[in-house]
Amino acid sequence: MGRYRDDPRALLDLVEDDRVHRDVYIDPEVFALEMERLWSRSWVYVGHASQVPEAGDFVTLELAAKPVIMVRQADGGIRVLMNRCAHKGTKVVSAPSGNAGKTFRCPYHAWTYRLDGSLAMIPLKEGYAGTRMEEKGLSGIFNVENHRGFVFARLSDKGLGFKEFFGGSLSSIDYLADRSPEGELEIAGGCLRYLHNCNWKMFVENLNDTMHPMIAHASSAGTAKRLWENEPADRPKPMAVEQYVPFVNGYEFFDQMGVKAYPHGHGYSGVNFSIHSAYSPIKEYEEAMRRAYGEERAKEILGTVRHNTVYYPSLTIKGAIQSIRVARPLAADRTLIESWTLRLKGAPDDLLARTVMYNRLINSPMSVVGHDDLHCYRSIQEGLAAEGNPWVNLQRNYDSSEKDKAEIVANGTSDLSMRNQFRAWRELMTER
Amino acid sequence: MSGPSEAELAKFVVREARLLDEKRFDEWYELFADDGFYWVPAVHGQKDPRLENSLAYEDKFLLKLRVERLKSPQAFSQQPRSRCHHLLQAPEVEDFQAAKSEFRTRTSMIYTETRGDESQRYAATAWHTLVWRDGALKIRLKRVDLLNCDAMLPSIQLFP
Repeated sequence: MGRYRDDPRALLDLVEDDRVHRDVYIDPEVFALEMERLWSRSWVYVGHASQVPEAGDFVTLELAAKPVIMVRQADGGIRVLMNRCAHKGTKVVSAPSGNAGKTFRCPYHAWTYRLDGSLAMIPLKEGYAGTRMEEKGLSGIFNVENHRGFVFARLSDKGLGFKEFFGGSLSSIDYLADRSPEGELEIAGGCLRYLHNCNWKMFVENLNDTMHPMIAHASSAGTAKRLWENEPADRPKPMAVEQYVPFVNGYEFFDQMGVKAYPHGHGYSGVNFSIHSAYSPIKEYEEAMRRAYGEERAKEILGTVRHNTVYYPSLTIKGAIQSIRVARPLAADRTLIESWTLRLKGAPDDLLARTVMYNRLINSPMSVVGHDDLHCYRSIQEGLAAEGNPWVNLQRNYDSSEKDKAEIVANGTSDLSMRNQFRAWRELMTER
Repeated sequence: MSGPSEAELAKFVVREARLLDEKRFDEWYELFADDGFYWVPAVHGQKDPRLENSLAYEDKFLLKLRVERLKSPQAFSQQPRSRCHHLLQAPEVEDFQAAKSEFRTRTSMIYTETRGDESQRYAATAWHTLVWRDGALKIRLKRVDLLNCDAMLPSIQLFP
């Protein structure tokens, strides 16, 4: 029983064309419905194939607030299984990652499962004969896709196919993978895990909110800019300055950057250029790219410097700096943000060093950029309790014809990407 | 040749923590050598700050940026301001290389950071690599290993 569960109209009325009701961010029932519907019917990011290179390699995680295992099969495929023993409900693995060998064995009563989740062994099995337990394996998630190493799963049996769901937005993953001279990526350098005490959508929406950096990041990037201007003119520009300073570019810069939206909530900003456009070239790398792809194609790949691409609702990638951020919702007001760095196979270590620096400067729990972002999200979470105005505004540059277009490009400071995400929200939250 | 005694190394580490607790960040910044770094690893036993993710790995330029930002009225996450407290065990001298004028200490500590109604507490080990330059000790590397560095962490805004 619930206000929104039992009243589909009330749920859909939370989202209007150019504004949303506060309950989408603060209401626990809406959050539960999001996990059941939106996060189950979408293709959500599980992990990267390079995290499980060998048969039996696994990682464990919470997917749409459910415990799962991503595991490499003997045949080279990747499966995603519910991490829940069929018997009493114990998680069969509790390590964050490892190699299971040929089977998962429950630590409680030694029920044992093959890598595909099927039941291999129960102690004193005859005692279970004729019960409903004797052949029960780990529940599997059967809709799993690996796109150039990025593994996605759709928990629900119902929903759009992978290609239909992501459409043209997959080009951002392709451009990212093509930044490797070998066309392949691997997770490297570990992960930063930042607890955000706010709703997951505030984080996801912020990634293409280009009206905030010059304000929220004035104290960090603005200070970097000021300090750098006082340095001797002949001092070589440090990478950290290259990475910080563009955050306080003016409105005109971000507006001309452009934003693009695809059906089902996906999209990116940085259609024309981005805050990553002016990094110093790494010669050895660019030569490797030209050797691998030829002059023209290498130029096209390296010239594609999209800012953030959102694979709604779970994954956001920064192709130009080969880092990814993953939203793992925990509650209406709690979200884990994982920030991972990627190695471009065949590229010099300087590229990995650059993304590792970016990740720690921007995405770490100790990042001065992150501190001000999270402060703003938390302030929204608290501010929305106010009375008098229950609406959150998404109006900037609204064009009523945008609803009917498959792919739309707009000026970079438009709220288009947020409206586009909420159109998907409405579609994915509708009870069928 | 002249140089610090073991007792002076310990005194230096205690003073460094006190400057942070008293928000004397400009004086704290001056304790670092020009080639000094402040490092908070993101995994246990981390070896490489360049190719592996860290919670923080900052040279003097980046430390200056942090210290200056804390003075900015636009540092919104510092409204209200954070406070910190380092409860130190007596620093142990791990390595005393008088000939090279390089020294290393290990200090167990409890780090507390508060902001408004929120409070966080971390068990940690601080490693100071100190050098003797022009008659004074300077920090070449301060490494802080948080016991739960790989846990999901909230904002840590000051300096463990």
